[in-house]
Amino acid sequence: MTEKGIGARVPRKEDLRFITGRGRYTDDINQPGQAYAVFVRSPYAHARIVRIDKSSALAMPGVLAVLDGQDVAADGLGNLVCGWLVKSKDGSPMKMGKHPLLAQEKVRYVGDRVAVVIADTYAQAKDAAEALAVEYEELPAVVELAQAHDAPALVHDEVPHNLCYDWELGDKAAVEAAFAKAHHVTRMELVNNRLVPNAMEPRAAIGHYDSGQDAYTLYLTSQNPHVHRLVMSAFIGIAPEHKLRVVAPDVGGGFGSKIFIYGEECVVLWASKKIGGRPVKWTAERSESFLSDAHGRDHVTTAELALDREGNFLALRVNTKANLGGYMSTFSSCIPTYLYATLLAGQYKTPAIYCDVQAYYTNTAPVDAYRGAGRPEASFLIETLVDQAAIEMRMDPAEIRRKNFIPKTAFPYQTPVALVYDTGDYEACLDEALRLVDYAGFPARRAESERRGKLRGIGISCYIEACGIAPSAVVGSLGAGVGLWESAKVRFTHTGKVQVLTGTHTHGQGHETTFSQLVADKLGVAYEDVEVIHGDTEKTPVGMGTYGSRSLAVGGEAIVKACDKIIAKGKKIAAHLLEASEADIEFKDGKFTVAGTDKSKTIGEVVFAAYVPHNYPAGLEPGMEEGAFFDPPNFTFPAGSYVCEVEVDPQTGVVDIARFVAVDDFGNVVNPLIVEGQVHGGLAQGIGQALLEGARYDESGQLLTGSYMDYCMPRADDVPSFEVVTARGTPAAANSLGVKGCGEAGAIGAPAAVINAIRNAIGVRVEMPATPERVWRAIQSSPLAKAAE
Amino acid sequence: MRVSMTVNGKAVSGEVEPRTLLVEFLRQHLGLTGTHVGCDTSQCGCCVVHVDGASAKACTLLAVQVDGSTVTTIEGLAQGGKLHPLQQAFHEHHGLQCGFCTPGMIMSAADLLQRNPDPTEHEVREWLEGNLCRCTGYHNIVKAILAAAQSMRGMAKAAE
Amino acid sequence: MYAFDYHRPASLAEAAQLLAGNPDAKLLAGGQTYIPTLKQRLAKPAAVIDLGRIAELRGIREEAGGVTIGATTPHAEVANSPIVKRVIPALAALAEGIGDPQVRNRGTIGGSIANNDPAADYPAAVVGLGATVRTSKGRAIAADDFFTGMFETALAPDEIVTAVHFPKPEKAAYAKFPNPASRYAIVGVFVAKTAGGVRVAVTGASPCVFRATALEQALAASWSAAAIDGVTIDPSNLNSDIHAQADYRAHLIKVMAKRAIEAAG
Repeated sequence: MTEKGIGARVPRKEDLRFITGRGRYTDDINQPGQAYAVFVRSPYAHARIVRIDKSSALAMPGVLAVLDGQDVAADGLGNLVCGWLVKSKDGSPMKMGKHPLLAQEKVRYVGDRVAVVIADTYAQAKDAAEALAVEYEELPAVVELAQAHDAPALVHDEVPHNLCYDWELGDKAAVEAAFAKAHHVTRMELVNNRLVPNAMEPRAAIGHYDSGQDAYTLYLTSQNPHVHRLVMSAFIGIAPEHKLRVVAPDVGGGFGSKIFIYGEECVVLWASKKIGGRPVKWTAERSESFLSDAHGRDHVTTAELALDREGNFLALRVNTKANLGGYMSTFSSCIPTYLYATLLAGQYKTPAIYCDVQAYYTNTAPVDAYRGAGRPEASFLIETLVDQAAIEMRMDPAEIRRKNFIPKTAFPYQTPVALVYDTGDYEACLDEALRLVDYAGFPARRAESERRGKLRGIGISCYIEACGIAPSAVVGSLGAGVGLWESAKVRFTHTGKVQVLTGTHTHGQGHETTFSQLVADKLGVAYEDVEVIHGDTEKTPVGMGTYGSRSLAVGGEAIVKACDKIIAKGKKIAAHLLEASEADIEFKDGKFTVAGTDKSKTIGEVVFAAYVPHNYPAGLEPGMEEGAFFDPPNFTFPAGSYVCEVEVDPQTGVVDIARFVAVDDFGNVVNPLIVEGQVHGGLAQGIGQALLEGARYDESGQLLTGSYMDYCMPRADDVPSFEVVTARGTPAAANSLGVKGCGEAGAIGAPAAVINAIRNAIGVRVEMPATPERVWRAIQSSPLAKAAE
Repeated sequence: MRVSMTVNGKAVSGEVEPRTLLVEFLRQHLGLTGTHVGCDTSQCGCCVVHVDGASAKACTLLAVQVDGSTVTTIEGLAQGGKLHPLQQAFHEHHGLQCGFCTPGMIMSAADLLQRNPDPTEHEVREWLEGNLCRCTGYHNIVKAILAAAQSMRGMAKAAE
Repeated sequence: MYAFDYHRPASLAEAAQLLAGNPDAKLLAGGQTYIPTLKQRLAKPAAVIDLGRIAELRGIREEAGGVTIGATTPHAEVANSPIVKRVIPALAALAEGIGDPQVRNRGTIGGSIANNDPAADYPAAVVGLGATVRTSKGRAIAADDFFTGMFETALAPDEIVTAVHFPKPEKAAYAKFPNPASRYAIVGVFVAKTAGGVRVAVTGASPCVFRATALEQALAASWSAAAIDGVTIDPSNLNSDIHAQADYRAHLIKVMAKRAIEAAG
């Protein structure tokens, strides 16, 4: 291992440009002759578009074009699509309502795109957008998920009951049988609150049609530029794939929200051609982001856990209603199904599980993957339900978990909900977390809080997630419209420097550093001599992008495979140069050595020979550049134990997080500094969901939490310093690196830990977000708190 | 209207509309794109710069209001090719991920440390009320600011 | 933002003249509320008159045993002023808690009270301390007469706040329960024991800052947190929104009042 190889806490190489203000985000880019786009958005949740009169807007100064849904239809552009086909219990396909780039006939949520105005300056476009005359006929709106089934309003006229699909997973009969003989059933209704992703950089795009080349370029805020290119060519039909270059430069956070193919980015690309090839730029205002970025979560669930007399779990039965919003977004169908119900075993050996899910349209913003995507919902459900069961069974919450853990000797473990967990040691994580938090010392800390008039509580959450969705054949059989492999190219230059081209995209995850460490380690080159290139479809090999904590487990492994090919070819060259048999050549620490001798060539010498092949093996291609694709045999399964301690002010309901301990099993860790940072960020988002964040619409479908004035983002003083351990890994089986993925864990595991801690403090469970007012009201009804007063 | 000011030590001027925000002047007229815009309600702090030595949100100031003032942006923080201790500490302690909030975060912290060279963790967290970060959970930002404070105190002592 | 004309008068007289001559003009002090309003296109002034360069409007001085603060003095200057900290520490502490550091560096007392946001902090101090608002028309408006309703004040359309004079209280403190999202006050209670009696001003809870007379009477009888235990706050005139229902606000008024009394000593 080199000093900056696998396992080293290397500060990131990408930092320098960001800390000096020289990052290059989409809105930082300006092109000669660029025009500006402003979208006209629906002020109504549900309305028929009666008439759009463009004349007054077109007459405004600087206006180049006003385009609406009819123009989109006239140009034959396709609709936005959901790329994962989910089938209902009866085998029928999900009912995908039409999702045009600009609304046609109807608008389906406040913020729905009605038209776009293109003008010479941003201010002119904004003024003209305000002047555009749109006549609407308002329709009754369906806003609440619970009312969607029987609402008089249909979001899509062709979808009865607003029901997109009614899906199930698991052995219903086995579950019924287990419930019939249960000693105890714990039942719970819970809400998983709707969240707004809020990457700090708003979405932005610059579309440019070059008539000379008859080619298109799109700069945009994307987690997966190749997927954008694919969908925009294959489904929307703006440009053929080989004539479209998509560039995602520095991207200011994603958390899922920049995976999706939205209308705005497609429209600016199309509009550039419509106005004769001037580049068209659009940057969302934050208020637009709130309205139009795909939201996350939004489930209403009933869950039941059957237990025997000793507290062993016998069966789990779950019904979930999931909100899709006004349209299906790019991956929205798989979030409350294959990324949710398949995780319902959690860390436990529950023998029978059944889950059915009804997904409904409502007149709200589309809902799709947001950090964790389905897995936080599953984890929150299991871990609050298990806690409730412990209370009802009068068992310690740690003990009931321990009793039901899948033992470390049981791997690989087939769950009753389709997944095969490869490796894990759940008890080790829990033990370490309880040790760190001093679980035994909690009563003394609670007593000390009580002396100060505060209610102290402790909560445990033992989450599991599945990362690196795979293999492609399996996800394809479940309805995925794409393969979920990843690709890489490793290219040596004459002088022994290395370019790594990856199909993943880094927008905070630190791939430039982690992948450099990987390659430095594998090829024995200096870390500084490795450059990681990503984000430009014209430079990098095709890739599926970055989400689902897949980049290292899938994309990193593709790099390893390319490195393996480099080494294999290098051995042939070294054997020739060293006049030895290829079979006798060993490669280690950047040197090809004839086994058992001190005869060797450095990789630099071998690479030079490959590019200046004067003395070279006959028949071998010159050059040193290798590519690889990797389609993993299975998911990876990060898991961990989180313990949260809260202190509640009973007079105001304010919850203060006193301690937060996170012990994660991410398998092997390439860069602990970066991995810990990923956990910190995830925890803050999980704590945000538990205590602060919640998107709220009023009954007419107006977003009440449409800015930071009303949508509460976690701030520095809302969260504590975290105690994070990432060194307890059981290596993953699905890749040679043994890595599992760490990007979403914190957001998945944290909410239940916080909510369980509050419940422990005040004796009543509070729905998320557990705002001071909700906690205060809960305390008013809590016998435990009353006794304390 | 014509505005003139000193930005990162250089005298600059430009023709702006009264409604031009300072952040627009910096980004669009001067090409200083390190100052970012992350919201439209003056809360995220991605645009924090220093105006006449004190931190301010460049999205909540008209360019004409700062006519004649001295402005420092993230691009002007490193002196003589050497990173400011805060920049160095953000790097060493992994105080940034996507980097979008980072310029505002660093400029805000620089104002804190000139007022309070030895802040507690609590004081740092309170000071950052006007700066949102979605990536880091603030843990390493706070750590970096405390580390920078320590290193700046060390430098100040050495200079005595 | 809509387009507007911009004026930067060098003196109060010039500012007053500009304002009188431009009925559709608006005054800009620190701009920490007004510029966001303009950005959202919620206001469309014909002209903006920037008070930021008028020296006579800025500054803090001791006067008649109390403190006089110029209208364009930023919150940070009040928070850090040795004079304010010595004479009315509760006022410095309140200023230290307004907004975030960048808002405190630019936002001004005159701008805050002239805007009279129902959830702003300064109105609680002005009413709680029985301050006097001085204006360009030579008026000295008593706090109790100044705040007339939601975003409404006793100022004439062509009148400019020049300074606020705060008499020194015997004891005073402010306790705020912030909105978790905006950090504006959901409830802020300023309590003061003054020469003219006990004053309790509540902000954030209703459309306009108000005096909680029931609390004042109880505290006049006995200056202690326990004295208000028996007082009931009527929630019927309090705000209800997604952040706090009226009954919770009523409850918080008492909790914050107690905390303020304990802090005041």
